[in-house]
Amino acid sequence: MSFPYESSRRLDKAIERVMVGILRVGGWASVLVTFGIVITLVTESWPFFKAVPVGRLFTDRMWTPLFLEPQYGIGALLAGTLVTTGVALCVAIPLGTLLAIYLSEFAEPRFREVVKPMLELLSAVPTVVYGYFALLTLTPLLQKIYPDLPQFSMLSAGLIMGIMIIPYVTSLGEDSMRSVPMLLREGAFALGDGKLGVALRVVFPGAFSGLASAYVLAISRAVGETMIVAIAAGLQPRFTLNPLESAATVTAFIVQVSLGDLPHGSIGYQSIFAAGAVLFLMTLGFNLAGHILRRRFHRAC
Amino acid sequence: MVNPIPAAQVSSVKDIAQVEVKPEVKVEIQNLSFFYGRNQVLRNVSLDVPAYQVTAMIGPSGCGKTTLLRCLNRMHDLYPGNRYEGSVRLYPGGTDILGPGMDPIRVRMRFGMVFQKPNPFPKSIYENVAYGLRLQGMNKRRDLDERVEKALRESALWDEVKSRLHQLAHNLSGGQQQRLCIARAIATDPDVVLFDEPTSALDPIATSKIEELIVEMKKRVTVIIVTHNLQQAGRISDRTAFMYLGELIEFGETNRLFTNPAKPQTEDYISGRFG
Repeated sequence: MSFPYESSRRLDKAIERVMVGILRVGGWASVLVTFGIVITLVTESWPFFKAVPVGRLFTDRMWTPLFLEPQYGIGALLAGTLVTTGVALCVAIPLGTLLAIYLSEFAEPRFREVVKPMLELLSAVPTVVYGYFALLTLTPLLQKIYPDLPQFSMLSAGLIMGIMIIPYVTSLGEDSMRSVPMLLREGAFALGDGKLGVALRVVFPGAFSGLASAYVLAISRAVGETMIVAIAAGLQPRFTLNPLESAATVTAFIVQVSLGDLPHGSIGYQSIFAAGAVLFLMTLGFNLAGHILRRRFHRAC
Repeated sequence: MVNPIPAAQVSSVKDIAQVEVKPEVKVEIQNLSFFYGRNQVLRNVSLDVPAYQVTAMIGPSGCGKTTLLRCLNRMHDLYPGNRYEGSVRLYPGGTDILGPGMDPIRVRMRFGMVFQKPNPFPKSIYENVAYGLRLQGMNKRRDLDERVEKALRESALWDEVKSRLHQLAHNLSGGQQQRLCIARAIATDPDVVLFDEPTSALDPIATSKIEELIVEMKKRVTVIIVTHNLQQAGRISDRTAFMYLGELIEFGETNRLFTNPAKPQTEDYISGRFG
C-alpha cells in the first residue's frame, strides 16, 4: 500500500536532514574556533609560565619582559586596561542608556528610524581613525583645559573609546526596552503614571537583562580594544590608576611587541601570549558575570 | 376636591419611588463616539453605569466593547490619532472625563484597570501593590504597609503571599498574578474598576476565584467588565450591555436581558446564532 505523496514526503525529509546538518556545522564551527583560540593561548604561553612562575605576575611591580633583567608585573598592563575601560564606560553607559531610553520611549518613530542607523555608523568608523582623532584632536582640546596633560593619556583614549561603544549599549538596550510588552506599560499608565515614570520604573527594570548584556558587550569591547589605546594612551607600561597619565594596556603591549622583531620562541615573544591569556580570562570573567546577572533578572521579563 | 393630596406631597412621593427603582448612577456615558483616525469604532453610545453593581459588556469580537471600556480611563490618549466625541460623566460631581482640560492621569487615578493577561511589573509583590499608592504621593512605610495588606486581603491573596511580599511577582502562578493585578488596581480606592476580559488567560479554577472576587468587590466599588464569555456575564453581572458593530444594542438587567431580550440581535447573539 502506498500513499499518494510518498515520494515528495521522502524528499522533504532528505532536505530537512541536510539543512539540519548545515546548521549543526555552523554551530560547531563557533565552538571549535573558540577552542582553537584557547588551545593556542595555552600552548603558546605554556613555555612562558614554565620559565616565569605565575606568582611573579602579581608580585613584580613593573612589566619589562624585554629588559635584560625582566620584570613580569602584569598589573602594570592591567591597570592601563582597567583605567581606559573605566573611562570609556563612564561615557558609554550613562550616555548609551539615556539614549536608549529616549529612542525607545520618547522619540517619534521617524526620528528613531533616522538616528539609529546613524548611531550604528559610529561603531563602523575604523578604530585607527578614532585613535588619531583622540591623539590629534581630543588631546590638544583637553590640554587647553588641563595644560599638564601629556601627549599620550588614558583619559583621551578612554573618552574616545567610550564614544565608540555607545552604539553597542544604545542599540541593544533600545531593542530590549522596546521588547518590553506594551501590556506592561499600559498597566502602569492605567495607574496614573506618566511617560517618564513608566520608562524608569517599569520599562527599565523590565529590560534589565537586555541592558546587562549590552553593558557586558561594551565592557568586552573596551577591554579588547587595541588601536585607539595603542595610538593615544601611550606604550609605556605604568602602574597607575590616574587617567591623566599615559600607560600601556594589555592590548597595546601585544601589538607593540608583535610589530617588533623579537625572535620566535623567546620569552619576550611568549610574554604576549601570557598577556593575551590574562586578557582572555578577564573578558571571560566579565561575560560570566553578565550571564549570571542576566539569569537573575531574566524572569523579570 | 378633585385632588385631595397637595401637589408638593405627590412629587416627593414620586421622588422616593424613583430612587428605589433606579439605582444611583456612577458613570453616565452620553452620545459617545470614538474614532481611530478616520475609522469610527463607537457610534453614539449612551449608557448609565449604576454604582456598586457589576455591569458586563458583551458582544462579538470587534463590536467595540473593549474600546468603550478604554474610553472610560482615557487609555486611548496613549496613542496618536484617536478622537472622542460626547461625554462621560463621573458621579458624584458629574465631571466630564472627556472634557477639555481634563488631565487623563487624574482620570486614571480614579479608575482601576485589570487587563486580559496578568501584567505584574518586574518588581516585588509588595511594590506592585504599592505602585499606585506611591504615585498618589503615599510614601510613609507604615501607611503603605497597611494599604498593601488591605488590598491583598481584599483580593484573597494575602495568605498566599504574606511570607514572601518582597519576592518577584513573576514567581506567582497565572491566577495569583491576576489577583495581584486586582490588588494593585484596588489599592488606591478607585471609584470604578474596569476589567478587560480578566479571565481569558486563566484556567477554570483561577477564573472562578476571580469571579468570586468581582462579586465580593461590588460592595465597595463599581465594576465594569468586558467579557466574551456569556456564562460569565450571566454569573457575575447585575446589568449587561450588548454591543454590536460599535453600537449599544441593548442594556438592562442581566436576568431580563438573558431570558427575555428586547432586540432580535441580542436574542440571536445570546442564543448562539452568531458571534
